[in-house]
Amino acid sequence: MELKDKLVSSFMAFEDTVDVNLPVHEVRSKAIKDFENLGFPSKKLESWKYTSLSKLLKSDYSVFPKNESSLEFKEVKKYFIHEIDSYKIVFIDGIYSSHLSETSHEGLDVCLMSAALSKPKYKIIIDNYFNKIAKTDGLTALNTAFSREGAFINIPRGKVVEKPIQILHFSTGNESSLLLQPRNLIVVGENAHVQIIERHQSLTDNPVLTNSVTEIFANKRAIVDYYKIQNDRQSASLIDNTFISQQQNSHALVHTFSLGGNVTRNNLQFFHKGEYLDSTLKGVTIIGDKQHVDHSTLVHHATPNCESHQDYKGIYADRSTGVFNGQIIVEKEAQKTNGFQQNNNILIDDTATINAKPQLEIFADDVKCSHGCTIGQLDDEAMFYLKSRGIPEKEARALLMYAFANNVLESVKIPEVKQRINKLIAMKLGVNLGFDL
Amino acid sequence: MAYTEEELKKELETKEYEYGFYTDIESETFPVGLNEEIVKAISLKKGEPSWMTEWRLEAYRAWTEMEEPEWANVTYKKPDFQAISYYSAPKKKPQYDSLDEVDPELLDTFKKLGISLEEQKKLAGVAVDVVMDSVSVATTFKKTLAEKGIIFCSISEAIKEHPELVKKYIGSVVPKKDNFYAALNSAVFSDGSFCYIPKGVRCPMELSTYFRINQAGTGQFERTLVIADEGSYVSYLEGCTAPMRDENQLHAAVVELVALDDAEIKYSTVQNWFPGDKEGKGGVFNFVTKRGLCETNAKISWTQVETGSAVTWKYPSCILKGDNSVGEFYSIAVTNNYQQADTGTKMIHLGKNTKSTIISKGISAGRSQNSYRGLVQINSRAANARNFSQCDSLLMGNQCGAHTFPYIEAKNKTAQIEHEATTSKIGEDQIFYCNQRGIDTEKAIALIVNGFSKEVLNKLPMEFAVEAQKLLEISLEGSVG
Repeated sequence: MELKDKLVSSFMAFEDTVDVNLPVHEVRSKAIKDFENLGFPSKKLESWKYTSLSKLLKSDYSVFPKNESSLEFKEVKKYFIHEIDSYKIVFIDGIYSSHLSETSHEGLDVCLMSAALSKPKYKIIIDNYFNKIAKTDGLTALNTAFSREGAFINIPRGKVVEKPIQILHFSTGNESSLLLQPRNLIVVGENAHVQIIERHQSLTDNPVLTNSVTEIFANKRAIVDYYKIQNDRQSASLIDNTFISQQQNSHALVHTFSLGGNVTRNNLQFFHKGEYLDSTLKGVTIIGDKQHVDHSTLVHHATPNCESHQDYKGIYADRSTGVFNGQIIVEKEAQKTNGFQQNNNILIDDTATINAKPQLEIFADDVKCSHGCTIGQLDDEAMFYLKSRGIPEKEARALLMYAFANNVLESVKIPEVKQRINKLIAMKLGVNLGFDL
Repeated sequence: MAYTEEELKKELETKEYEYGFYTDIESETFPVGLNEEIVKAISLKKGEPSWMTEWRLEAYRAWTEMEEPEWANVTYKKPDFQAISYYSAPKKKPQYDSLDEVDPELLDTFKKLGISLEEQKKLAGVAVDVVMDSVSVATTFKKTLAEKGIIFCSISEAIKEHPELVKKYIGSVVPKKDNFYAALNSAVFSDGSFCYIPKGVRCPMELSTYFRINQAGTGQFERTLVIADEGSYVSYLEGCTAPMRDENQLHAAVVELVALDDAEIKYSTVQNWFPGDKEGKGGVFNFVTKRGLCETNAKISWTQVETGSAVTWKYPSCILKGDNSVGEFYSIAVTNNYQQADTGTKMIHLGKNTKSTIISKGISAGRSQNSYRGLVQINSRAANARNFSQCDSLLMGNQCGAHTFPYIEAKNKTAQIEHEATTSKIGEDQIFYCNQRGIDTEKAIALIVNGFSKEVLNKLPMEFAVEAQKLLEISLEGSVG
């Protein structure tokens, strides 16, 4: 049976496990119909021109994990940013692990989507925010239809969250192949400030496909600082859909570090709902070994006097494929917009491919928009300079790559996260430079 | 008197199409509609050999199975292909030895266009092949060219007189089944220009074709084939105008360039088809397939100034097949009122050490939409390929839009690709700077727009640059000095 049919037919079974009397269930029922109509995106769609899901969809994924699994902290410690104190929301095979998590209801809500969906006290938030900005495409609709669990973060007005929040998804490989569909909702109140780190990690070589949807609402003057660490096994694929709605004077920053995984697709979309706000999208991609990473970004400027900055760096080796599909739309009303987009890529060998499509769609006249896109290789002269000073080829090469990616790393605000990324990059490049950048 | 951008905008909106005149020449027009009979009739009418008729029919059959593409960023009412007359020729088919014998009314038309044959013949030394409603009316300077062995004639003449060349190269760059409009063109093309430069010859003058759609309800389907043999050089100019008409006219041309080893082709276009009036009524649909093939060390350079057409949809492309070949694309696209343009280029790098440069300038005013869409593709064997692209857009007023859709695909690690795009308007500070130095606002805008498009205007051949300026003025009068 095709995966699509399987999913549609398993919706009935899913209905048995959730409370169908909740208003949110209407949203789900509509979404499954949308998914039935839309199906999985194919390469015929312009936005999926360079990324094919057909291979991934061939596995016979189990939709509901049968057995609950538990993990000991020491087994998975290395996947946490354990050097700092933080809130933690941890899922194992899609099921919440209270044992590994550290949630809170004191002065803020760091808890679960399932609780938010069912408890009356969150009804107003769910009514106002749930599924309000997620675009209706096949994958998002599918996620909405099966939305049950994920992280729910609600930061009230004026609250500066004192420590970062980590969201971790582990898959244990208890199922021969697993489809995970976490659904996250993050509401950040006026003047509030939050830092979030998200990571998906598979622990065995059994195939995992994650179709994640995150909706983030940044109210007036809020600051949202979001880090996505993607360094999964070759057997795991990730489709990450993140939608961010911003109000006046808010700042939203998303850093995406794509260093592993089989197929990774990042749909990152920003919608502007107020003036004088600022969106930052940054990413580093270093892949090889037939990996595929697709960054598909959209910044929708609909209001005047806003800024957006995009900076994506990619290094591609060994049969890997990189895609950058960056879109900036400036509506007629969005005068005095300042939109900037940069995408730099390095191809390490001839088997790697990069497809870039930076798009500007501008309907307002008083704007400053620019994009730059380059594809090149490491500078021979710089290599020679380093080698002539006694630095071996491999290290010299790594050093130059670090320098190349540094623009993005520079703006990471949590030192421990930066350090971790540095370590991951060093591991990826197989070097030990003995210092941190 | 202070001249503000508002006033300029107003002037642009109200500026009527200067070349909207209609030449009263009796034409012979086929009944409307398209079927195999019409295709055969066109072929018969032109006295073509049977292989050509067969070629057309094959294209027609392929076309019937194709669907009209919809991916471009333009909206328009699709032309009814059965409501178009596919052949229209001036009835008194002129076959003159000298220009004196040409119908004075026709000559008058050209005078209005500012390309009077005599004048050009005397002053510019340009050989002109005039295509009016797709039939070639006059070719000047044939003799001078013949001495060098250069063949410059209408394509129908070439089919008769040089079938071996036509047979070998027609459809070699743009196959007849390439796309919907190319297939349509292959089936029904009525005329066009043919040019062959023999080995090692440097064409002593600029070759030029002037297109004009005259008859109501006709489509113009011309086909141009330029072959530059090894080590040769040619600069080719193409200009287009149409009289003012209410209904939309269709222009679906195919241009094929073949640059053999060490050859160079410079192809310049000034396109000034009727863009429709200020309500967006009428105008020409310009759906053109242009492509060039570069062999080893060859170079093809496209330069275009696009000021006309209600809808423009074209991507002059270069296939850089040979090692060390070079492709260039320089473009200015001006849209005003309700015009829509989706234009750009494709650079396909296949050979080693291939280079391409793309400079595209878009100016949008009124309620127009101007898109750049380009593809740079570096294949895995194309070592050391180099590309530089720059797309700049200038917006005038907040009713218009500027878009860029660059596609960049690299499969070789030695590839070096740079892409830059900017969008801006004429800054108040820039105007102020000029005002402060005693330059009035009108001149300042002229200065800035001129500076904005200079990189491309500079690439036009001398003889054409003046005319290009003239045509630019029609779209943006008061802003180009």
